[in-house]
Amino acid sequence: MRYSALTWILAVSMVPALFGAAPLFQGIGMGKDRKPPSLDQLRERLRVAREHQQADRQGKSQMSGSPAGMGGLGWALRIGVEMVSAIAVGVGIGLLIDWWLGTGPWFLVVFFLLGAGAAILNVYRAAMGYGLAVGYRKPGQNGNADSSAGGTTKGSGPAKRSGKRQGKR
Amino acid sequence: MAGPIEQFEIHPIVPIEIGGMDLSFTNSALWMVLATGAATVFLTVGARRRALVPGRMQLMAEMAYEFIANMIRDNVGDAGRRYFPYIFTLFMFILFGNLLGLIPGSFTYTSHIIVTGALAVTVIVAVTVIGIVKHGAHFFSLFVPSGVPLLMMPLMIPIEIISYLSRPVSLSIRLFANMMAGHTMIKVFAGFVVPLGAVTLGLGGLAPIAMNVALTGFELLVAFLQAYVFTVLTCLYLNDALHLH
Repeated sequence: MRYSALTWILAVSMVPALFGAAPLFQGIGMGKDRKPPSLDQLRERLRVAREHQQADRQGKSQMSGSPAGMGGLGWALRIGVEMVSAIAVGVGIGLLIDWWLGTGPWFLVVFFLLGAGAAILNVYRAAMGYGLAVGYRKPGQNGNADSSAGGTTKGSGPAKRSGKRQGKR
Repeated sequence: MAGPIEQFEIHPIVPIEIGGMDLSFTNSALWMVLATGAATVFLTVGARRRALVPGRMQLMAEMAYEFIANMIRDNVGDAGRRYFPYIFTLFMFILFGNLLGLIPGSFTYTSHIIVTGALAVTVIVAVTVIGIVKHGAHFFSLFVPSGVPLLMMPLMIPIEIISYLSRPVSLSIRLFANMMAGHTMIKVFAGFVVPLGAVTLGLGGLAPIAMNVALTGFELLVAFLQAYVFTVLTCLYLNDALHLH
């Protein structure tokens, strides 16, 4: 798990790594003309990198709610999209049923209200960090998700981690 | 001068009409082919040497592979492994569409809601079918929220269903709106360069150019981020369908 998290972070930090953290890669591919660093040096470098990583992760988990790397505008856009899309779907269903059955504006009214309810539910879930799961429970918090996963006992770990991470976007 | 919206116009390149339907090969289709080709070349070249100590291309290809593999492992778990090819293809297609769209004069097919909508609907239909195949009728328990009094069920179940149906809509709008807004903004600022420069002996034109440099960098971030968001949401939906809760 530690290894997977490490590579994940590495992949995400691809861009800064290319510019800023060049020393990290110095010993890996480009050191043909200089002698390989000793194990102690490597260990020290690894320790520094791990500390940075830890600090990064703590910093990220503290700014709960706002998605990483997007800032306030991205967050606002996401909430807006969640809201508009649910209302649009509700109105669409209402119009479709009315057009099909020829029943005045009644289904439009009903489904507009239901769509507005779904919109508020979407926004509530996004804001509370419930992720995008349908249903009320936080994903990964309950035992049912793991037991229904069948033979994949490892699935419980990822599910729980995803529950935590979903809150960030 | 071209308006900021003209970059989104679709022109047929090879007009094809079959049975009254317009199936022309358009600039949108051309850039989809180019993106697919570029992704194929990127991965083929990256996988060609297969050195123990990777070179630059191999490193990038491996990073892309591990990025998606870890995303699936973290968000879906082992059960999601067999869907890796589809999710990886989706990520590469969107990422290369976004990135190639940043080349001046090119066409960004991800800025069209019909393209992102088709991708999102495919994802949702696939995820729903996977869920139904795996869990049968039990899949529909997804729409029954737990801990809600029985009296509220006639209200809550339609709301949950609408919430579920709004997923492809929000998924497609998010990608399309981000790409379209960014490209329109770049074009608007680019439109200021010549008029401002003409008025102020060329000096005023530098300000919008500087702004465009910054915006292009920002758009690179958005291109990557939106491909990531689309893929990660696909993973979360897949997780919902595979592990009902």
